Order: sequence, then structure tokens, then C-alpha cells
Amino acid sequence: MSGEIFLFLTLALIAVLTALGMLFSKNTVYAALNLVINFITVAIFYLLLDAPFISLAQVTVYAGAIMVLFLFVIMLLGIQQISAELNWRSLILPGVLAAILLVEGLYLMLARTGAGLAFSVTTTAALANPSEMSKQLFSDYLLPFEATSILLLVAMVGAIVLTKKEKGGDA
Amino acid sequence: MDWFMVLEWLIKSFVLVMVLLTGFAYLTWFERRVLAFMQVRIGPNRAGWQGLLQPIADAVKLIFKEELVPNQVEKLLFVLAPIVTVVPAVVIAAVLPWGPTIPFPIFGRTITLYIADINIGVLYITAIASIAVYGIVLAGWASNNKYAMLGGMRSSAQMVSYELALGLSFVTATLLAGSMQATHIVDAQKGVWFALVQPVMAIIFLVATLAEVNRAPFDMPEAEQELTAGYHTEYSGMKFALFFMAEYIKMIAISAIAVTLFFGGYREFWFLQTTWFSVDQNWWLGPIYMFLKIVVLLFFMVWIRATLPRIRYDRLMAFGWKVMLPLALVEIMVTATVLAFGLPWYVNTFASLVPFAVAVMIVDRSLTTKKQRRVSNA
Repeated sequence: MSGEIFLFLTLALIAVLTALGMLFSKNTVYAALNLVINFITVAIFYLLLDAPFISLAQVTVYAGAIMVLFLFVIMLLGIQQISAELNWRSLILPGVLAAILLVEGLYLMLARTGAGLAFSVTTTAALANPSEMSKQLFSDYLLPFEATSILLLVAMVGAIVLTKKEKGGDA
Repeated sequence: MDWFMVLEWLIKSFVLVMVLLTGFAYLTWFERRVLAFMQVRIGPNRAGWQGLLQPIADAVKLIFKEELVPNQVEKLLFVLAPIVTVVPAVVIAAVLPWGPTIPFPIFGRTITLYIADINIGVLYITAIASIAVYGIVLAGWASNNKYAMLGGMRSSAQMVSYELALGLSFVTATLLAGSMQATHIVDAQKGVWFALVQPVMAIIFLVATLAEVNRAPFDMPEAEQELTAGYHTEYSGMKFALFFMAEYIKMIAISAIAVTLFFGGYREFWFLQTTWFSVDQNWWLGPIYMFLKIVVLLFFMVWIRATLPRIRYDRLMAFGWKVMLPLALVEIMVTATVLAFGLPWYVNTFASLVPFAVAVMIVDRSLTTKKQRRVSNA
């Protein structure tokens, strides 16, 4: 048990440090790499919580695909140094919203401490076993699943439409 | 008791890493000899019998070479990049079984011939493969060199694009086996190899892996004529050797994955199942079959390098996105339909050939009409 706590604390430290490093590094490539390490640490957290499928999906999708594209764009545009100053005033509204979210999250967490996990047993089994998970996805959670797929499709079509328009407009 | 388990894992991991590393050394020799044979040359045959000591000579030379770190590079990432490239290549083979369970207990433990048999083995492979891009991208960027940068960007675009087709071919194997566990996939191929059930996906897998490991004809990131040596232009000595090592270990690992997913894993030919040659009767035949199958696939990779010229970069990307990805999606639908109706496996084989033929016709048509247009313009 103490080994697990030690592992958790180490990983938590790495996660927090890389998150801060991502925020404060002047070099965008290093910021992106910090984020990659952060994603991988979070993936290990999922592993510790007995959710290997989500863990590896996290690595594949976020660390493997999205961040590679981020790096690609950073290198392509050559914006390695951030020189612009922050416009603090434009950050007030997002800041307030983020603070509300944070308070809400903290409240939920503190209110549930000691109450035990609210998830049913089937959910835990589904997280550990991919075939159980897909059964749940295609039966109990079919509507949200399909809605998400449509959302992703819309995003994809939107991206294609945006790039097409730019080409036609410039020429 | 617990310590024996740790010891077993340590020994198995050590053996796997050692096999991969010696495999890398002798794969370079194998490739040079086979290439030489195909080009009517002799190849390295001086060091040792038939040049078998050549890899050792190469290693000694590379170790004693001066290691240059150019002044203008990002030092940290420049040193880190080769390591980041090698590690995924070595760990990716951890989920692959290379033999059945040993039938007699050793020190009271049943020994299995794999390191980890997780129920999401296929997903593990995709995850590690997607991490592998970083090393090359970082090497390209940290070198602070235009050619290296171009090589790194080419490789990231290429690997991300071909990962789609690669992932979809994993999906077919998962569909056919009904499991993402590597041992289940091998067991499901007891009767018929998945390469026979879904031949088109096996071909797509092999093409995508060539792009994934940056092998000819998809070796864009290091196209000598255009980019001097691409992402490893600035590297020398052992750091260069690490990139070299990663490429060849990846070749071995990806051949092992191909064998596991499509060519029956460590199992014998299906018609040898009841004979003495079956792994069910002689467990030690498993690793031997695995080795032989991997060597055949590696020979194919070298053969392709000797035969095909490098294709143009825009065509490479167009081929990945406009041919391989749609074809793979259609093939998945075909396989899923056949499985849903519970039809016999040969229906799947014939049904899969239909979209393939259509794809070949469409590509052929687009090429000929372009050619004719060019002729009529001139």
C-alpha cells in the first residue's frame, strides 16, 4: 500500500511540474514536450486506477496523435520563442469561469470524500475489460456514443470546409 | 515465490532485448548480403566466415568514432532524441507471444513464452508506435539544420498518415479474432491464417509498416538526394548508430507483429496441425517457426528495397490518404458484414478482393488519364 502511495506522489509531482513547465517555458517546443510528459503521467494514473483501455487510448490519441500535430505546426510556423506580452484584461472572463469550475470541482470532491465510489460495479468491470466496455457503449450509452460520433464528424467536415474556403478565396 | 516471478520476467525481458539487439546486428549483415546478391555483387564477406563478424567490426568502429555535437543545436533534445527513438522500438515487442506455454513446470512455475499478455495488446502496440514518432521529429528540430528539419517534418506527416491505415488493419485482426489479446489472436489462427481470410488488409498492413519504419520506397525522411541524410544529418558515432539501430529493431518488431496478427504467430502451417510438426506436440517449435516467419518477412522488406525506387513525397501522402485509408475502411465493413452473417471464411477472402480490384482500377484510371492529357498537351 505504501508503495502505491509513493508511486502516486511521485507521479503527481511529475504531473504538476510538467504542467507548470508547460505554462512557463518560453520555448514552445519545450512547452509541447512538457505537455506530452504530462499526458503520459496521466495515462499511468489511469493504469493505477485499473483502467488500462483508457490509459492506452490516452497515450495513442493525445500523446501520440494530437501532440505530434501540435509539434508539427510549431515547427512548420517556426514560432519557437514567445515574445508577445499577455493581455491580462482579455483573461478576466475566462479566469472567472475557470475559478468557478475549480470551486465546483473542489466542492464535489470534498463532498464525496469518504462516501465511497459512486460508480456501480459494472462500470469498474467495463473499465478493466475492453469487450465489457464496448457492450456498455453500444447498449446503455448508445445515444451519447452516437452523438459524440456525429459531433466528431461535424468537426471534421468543418475543418475541411475551412481549409477549402481559404484556398478558393486567396486565388 | 513472488521472487521467482520477478526473476522470470527479468530473464524473459533480458532474452527478448538481447535477441532484438543481436537481431539488429545480423539484420544489417543480412540486408547487405541480400542486396549485394540481388545487384550481382558479393557484399561484405571479409570479416569472418561469409562476413559474419562484419556487424561486430562495424560496432567497434562506431564506438570509437568521435561524437560531434554541433554548436548551434539544442543540446538536451539533441542527446535525448536517439534515446527516445530506440526505447519504443525495443519495448513494442513485449506483448507478442513467441511460443506456447511450456508444458512442464520449471521451479514450480508454468512458464509462458511472452512477457505480458494484456487484454489490450493490440492497443498497446498502437500506443507505442504512435510515441515512436517523437524521436525523429525531435532529432530533426534539435539539429538546427534545414535538411534535418525537413526530414523530421516529412517523417511526422508520413508516420501520422500511415498510422491510420496501420490502425485499421489492427482492427481487422481484432474483429476476426474477437479479442485484442495477442495470444487469442494467435489461437484464432489455428485453422486459417488471417492473411488468407483478409489478404487485402495484410497487404495494407505490410505497406503501412514500410512507411512506419521509414524503409524504401518510403524512406522520405532520409532521402539522400534531397536532404543529404534527413533527420540524422548532424548525428555521428554512437548517436547515429542508435538511429540506425532503432530502424532495424523496428523492422524486426514490426515483422513480428505482422506474423502475430496475420501469419499465424508461432503456429505451424494449418495442414501440419495433427503431425509431429505441430507446436501442440512440440512446444519448442514455436520460437523456431516465429523466427523463420520473421526472416521471410524481413527478406521481403529487403527485396522491396532492392526493387522499387523511392516515390515522390506528394504521391506518398496522396496514396496514404486517398487510397489506403478508404480501402481499409471499406475492407473493415466487408469483414464486419461477413462476420455478422456468420459466413465461412473464404467468403471473406473473395469479398475482400472486390474493393481491392475497384481501388486498383480507380488508381490505374487516374494515372492513365493524366498521362494521356500530358501527351495531348504536348
